[in-house]
Amino acid sequence: MQVDWSIIPGFIPQLIEGAKVTIYITVLGLIGGIIIGLIAGLMRAYGGKIINAIAFTYIELIRGTPIVVQVMFLYFALPVLANIRIDPMSAAILAIMVNAGAYIAEIVRGAFLSISKGLTEAGLAIGMPHWKVLVYIVGPLAFRRLIPPLGNQFIVSLKDTSLFIVIGVGELTRTGQEIMAANFRAVEIWTAVAICYLILTGTMTIALRFIEKRMRIL
Amino acid sequence: MSFIEFRKTLKKFGELTVLQDVDLSIDQGEVVVLVGPSGSGKSTLLRCINGLETISGGDLIVDGLSVKGGNRQLREIRQEAGMVFQQFNLFPQMTALQNVALGPRKVRGVAKAEAMRQAEDMLAKVGLSDKGGHYPSELSGGQQQRVAIARALAVKPKVMLFDEPTSALDPELKQEVLNVMLQLAKEGMTMVVVTHEMSFAKQVGTRLIFMEHGKIAVDGNPRDVIDNPPNPRMKDFLSHVE
Ligand SMILES: Nc1ncnc2c1ncn2[C@@H]1O[C@H](COP(=O)(O)OP(=O)(O)OP(=O)(O)O)[C@@H](O)[C@H]1O
Ligand SMILES: [Mg+2]
Repeated sequence: MQVDWSIIPGFIPQLIEGAKVTIYITVLGLIGGIIIGLIAGLMRAYGGKIINAIAFTYIELIRGTPIVVQVMFLYFALPVLANIRIDPMSAAILAIMVNAGAYIAEIVRGAFLSISKGLTEAGLAIGMPHWKVLVYIVGPLAFRRLIPPLGNQFIVSLKDTSLFIVIGVGELTRTGQEIMAANFRAVEIWTAVAICYLILTGTMTIALRFIEKRMRIL
Repeated sequence: MSFIEFRKTLKKFGELTVLQDVDLSIDQGEVVVLVGPSGSGKSTLLRCINGLETISGGDLIVDGLSVKGGNRQLREIRQEAGMVFQQFNLFPQMTALQNVALGPRKVRGVAKAEAMRQAEDMLAKVGLSDKGGHYPSELSGGQQQRVAIARALAVKPKVMLFDEPTSALDPELKQEVLNVMLQLAKEGMTMVVVTHEMSFAKQVGTRLIFMEHGKIAVDGNPRDVIDNPPNPRMKDFLSHVE
C-alpha cells in the first residue's frame, strides 16, 4: 500500500473535533487536579498526624496504580459498589482530576517545604498568623518553584487522556482509531494524530516558558 | 512584675535539655547581652520569649502574657517582641519598603498608603531612605540586616530580640548594624541581644548574662564581668571571642 499524505486534509475536521474533546477533558481535569493537589499538598506539608496520613494514603493509592485502572474503576466498579452511575466523559474528567491531584500534591508539598524555614519564622515573629504567612510570604515564593514541575504534569495529564480510549471517550486517539478502522491508512492517520498532540503539548510548553520568564525565579 | 519573666523555664528537644529551670527577670529599658559557648542555649532562650520555640515546663511571661496562653496570646506577644535573625530572613519577593510595611498592614491593620509612609520613616531611621525600592538581593548584608531591624520596629514592639545580628556579616559591615543598635539602646528600647561584640556590651549593655549548658552561669554588669570574669570558663570564653 502506498503512503498518500494527500488524504489527511479530508480528516482534519474530525481530528479537530477529537482534539477539542482532549482539551476539554484536560482543562477541566487539571482545574480540579490543581484544587485537589493544593489541598492535599498543604495537608501533607502542614497537617497534623491524621490529616497528613489521609493525604498520604490518597497520594500513594493513586501513584501506585495505573490511570487506566483508575478510570476503569470509576466507570465500571463505582456503579456496582456505590450505585453511582457516570458517563464516560465525566469518568475521564474525574480520573484526570484525581490522578493529577495526587502528583500535584507532591509538587505543592515540595515547593512549600523548599522555602526556607527562616522566612516563615520571620513572618510569625512580626505577629502574623500562620495562614497569613502562607498566603503572603511562603505561597508566592512556592508558586514560582511550582511552575516548572507543574508544567510537566500538565503535559503528562494531556497525554494520559489518550488512555480513555478504553472507556470509549471520543478524544483525539479514539478519533484516530475510528478513522483508521474505516480506511486502514495507519501511517498517515497516526502521523497526523501525533502531530496534533505535538501541537497541543508544544503550545503548553511555550506558554509555560513565557510565564516562567515573566516571573523572576527567586 | 517584670516585663519578661522566666519562671523555672524548661526547654527540651526530645531527650536533650536545652534550658534547665531558668529563672530570669528583665525590666523595661534594660539592654541584656547574652553570651556563651555554642550550644549553651542562647538562641533557644531568645526564641522561647516570642514563642518560636514552645517551652516544655515552667512558665514564661511577657508583658503579663504567658507564652502558654494559646495562639492569639502568642501573636500579641510577638507584636510586642520584635526579632532580628542572624540570616536576616528578608522576604525576597518584596522590596525593602514592602518588607517593612508588611507587618503594619497584615498585623496592625494599617492601610497600605499609611503603612508605606511609616515604612519610609523606618528606613530613614536605619539610614536607608534611598533603598526603599530595592529588593533584598540588591542590598549588601549590612543593608539587609538594617532593613530587617526596620521591619521588626515597624510593628512597634516594646522589646527587641537580636540573635547574633552581625555574625553573618563581613567585618567592615558589622559596624553599620551595630550603630543602629546602639542608637536604639540610647533611645531606651528594651533589648535582649545574643552577640560576641563585647564593645557593644560595654557601651550600652546594662546587663551581661553568660550561659552554660542551659543555665545562667553569670549575670552582672557588663563592664565588671567582662574585665573580671567571675567564672573561669567565662574567662576562657571571652579570651576566644576577643
Ligand atoms: N530544633 C532543634 N531540634 C533539636 N535540637 C535543637 C534544636 N534547636 C537547637 N537544638 C539544640 O539545642 C542546643 C542549644 O541550641 P541553641 O541554638 O540554643 O544554642 P546557642 O547557644 O544559640 O548556640 P550557637 O552559639 O551555636 O548559636 C544545641 O545542642 C542544639 O543542637
Ligand atoms: Mg544561636
